[in-house]
Amino acid sequence: MIAELFAGVSTRARVLLVLLAVVMLAAPLVLDRYLVSVLILVCLAAYTGQAWNILLGFAGLLSLGHALYLGLAAYISAGLYVHFGIGPWLGVFPAVAVCVAVAALLGWLAFRFRIEGVYFALLTIAFAEVARIGFDHIGFTGGAGGFFLPVRSEDQGQWWNLRSGPTFFYYLALLLAAGAFLLCAVLRRSRLGHRWLAVREDPEAAQALGIHINRARMSALLLSAGMTGIAGVFQAFYANNLFPSQIFDISRSIDLILAPIIGGVGTLFGPILGAFVLAPLGEVLISITGAIGLNAPGTKALVFGLFLMAIIAGVPTGLWPRLASLLRLRSVGR
Amino acid sequence: MTLLAVNRVTKRFRGLVAVDNVSLQVDAGAMFAVIGPNGAGKTTLFNLIAGVFPPDTGTISFEGERIDRAAPEHICQLGIARTFQIVRPFAELTVMENAAIGAMLRAPDMDSSYAQAGEILRRLDLWDKRDRKAHGLTLPDRKRLEVARALATRPKLLLLDEVMAGLRPTETDRMVEILRGINREESITILMIEHVMRAVMALATRVHVLHHGATIAEGTPTEVTRDARVIESYLGAEAFA
Repeated sequence: MIAELFAGVSTRARVLLVLLAVVMLAAPLVLDRYLVSVLILVCLAAYTGQAWNILLGFAGLLSLGHALYLGLAAYISAGLYVHFGIGPWLGVFPAVAVCVAVAALLGWLAFRFRIEGVYFALLTIAFAEVARIGFDHIGFTGGAGGFFLPVRSEDQGQWWNLRSGPTFFYYLALLLAAGAFLLCAVLRRSRLGHRWLAVREDPEAAQALGIHINRARMSALLLSAGMTGIAGVFQAFYANNLFPSQIFDISRSIDLILAPIIGGVGTLFGPILGAFVLAPLGEVLISITGAIGLNAPGTKALVFGLFLMAIIAGVPTGLWPRLASLLRLRSVGR
Repeated sequence: MTLLAVNRVTKRFRGLVAVDNVSLQVDAGAMFAVIGPNGAGKTTLFNLIAGVFPPDTGTISFEGERIDRAAPEHICQLGIARTFQIVRPFAELTVMENAAIGAMLRAPDMDSSYAQAGEILRRLDLWDKRDRKAHGLTLPDRKRLEVARALATRPKLLLLDEVMAGLRPTETDRMVEILRGINREESITILMIEHVMRAVMALATRVHVLHHGATIAEGTPTEVTRDARVIESYLGAEAFA
């Protein structure tokens, strides 16, 4: 299966891919704690970017509310752990199930009533906002004051409860990112992936070729939501604190989609490249603005925004297609 | 044997009668042409058959089974494929991918979808352009791709909506040749809307003429072109200019 994936890939691309894998696997051995934490952000952004890219890049549906699934799964898995002692490896199942169920409701509403394009995006924002405001009032998970996972030294090393050091989280995030990449590569070649692309390009023409539009869209939505949910569980146990005003916020939804947009919507490697550019960029900006004494609030966001504008103006289809042609990685055919 | 039966079908759009009590029967193996001036209701008739919208009254049957309330994807699965008058390629996908998406309806896996797509692209003279994105194709090539994609679904009945429009005479003759091959070798029945009389006369076994949504004549190409009402309403200028 995996070998088949690389059938149409050039030798040059294979070498680079193996090289990247080796570097990523070896990174924690040479890097300090801080840099490993940056790499965790990179891997997580690459993972959530792939999940969101399935929806827009493959199936043509714009979600601006993916923080919903991140937050729901984070709260559910954290709640199960804190209140019932159910660990995240088990808790991930109900968490993802709820994400998928909520996505099914959203999809049913949208597809049943033919809410498309920008209006679909608005619906996704509305769902996330409802959750943000709702969780402010759920005392069981701390309400607006936040929900905290206990960080006790005696729990350290309990990998089965995701109570472990950064190296462990790093490899977990790397596994998620690599898994999502491979999954998307498989999907891109699958029948389902082709259905998504057809519906993205022209729903009516797809339908005339025997493709059920809503089934195709729904499958992309459920998969994307479920995958994002897994990242939410990771987020809860990695950050150890959850605030509705952060995890469900629209700015979080935007954060989730920047990597694939910068890297290239609809490409397999775009979300990864975008994550590698964005997460370190944010960190570098913090240290630079700090070092030169530009501590005015918003400075970092302003410079970050300018960078994004420059990238989008320079390469509107994303960095990856440009880089791939520079490196001559484009393979012919499928 | 009747493959497709359209029985007294009417479709109105806000008071305008687009298709008015039309009946026609397409026999298996036929090359059936629907002609008529612009606005005669030809494309509406196609959309009714393809399931884009249901008729207000009347029935449509395919292989004896009612299809006038079925969804487009279901109708395609039953074995009716259509092309769009205004071509709708999957613009950002390659020519090969376009055809493979058609083929995957009946192919057991994606490898055989691509294999079948390749055969069909060869047939439609698109093989050399297989790795190009569809948006980069010329109009004649897009018309060919439209036919290739529909054909890839392995239909029993192929609905062609003005596939000759915009083609040069030599390209028209080539398309006529291709369609004849599809009809004879694959025994695919063809129902086509066509303005290019050169193609209609060369291909059609039977011609149905619509005017203002209603049937004004049906017969062999020779019969129809001699019909006084057809000459008056449609062929007039074209036939005698």
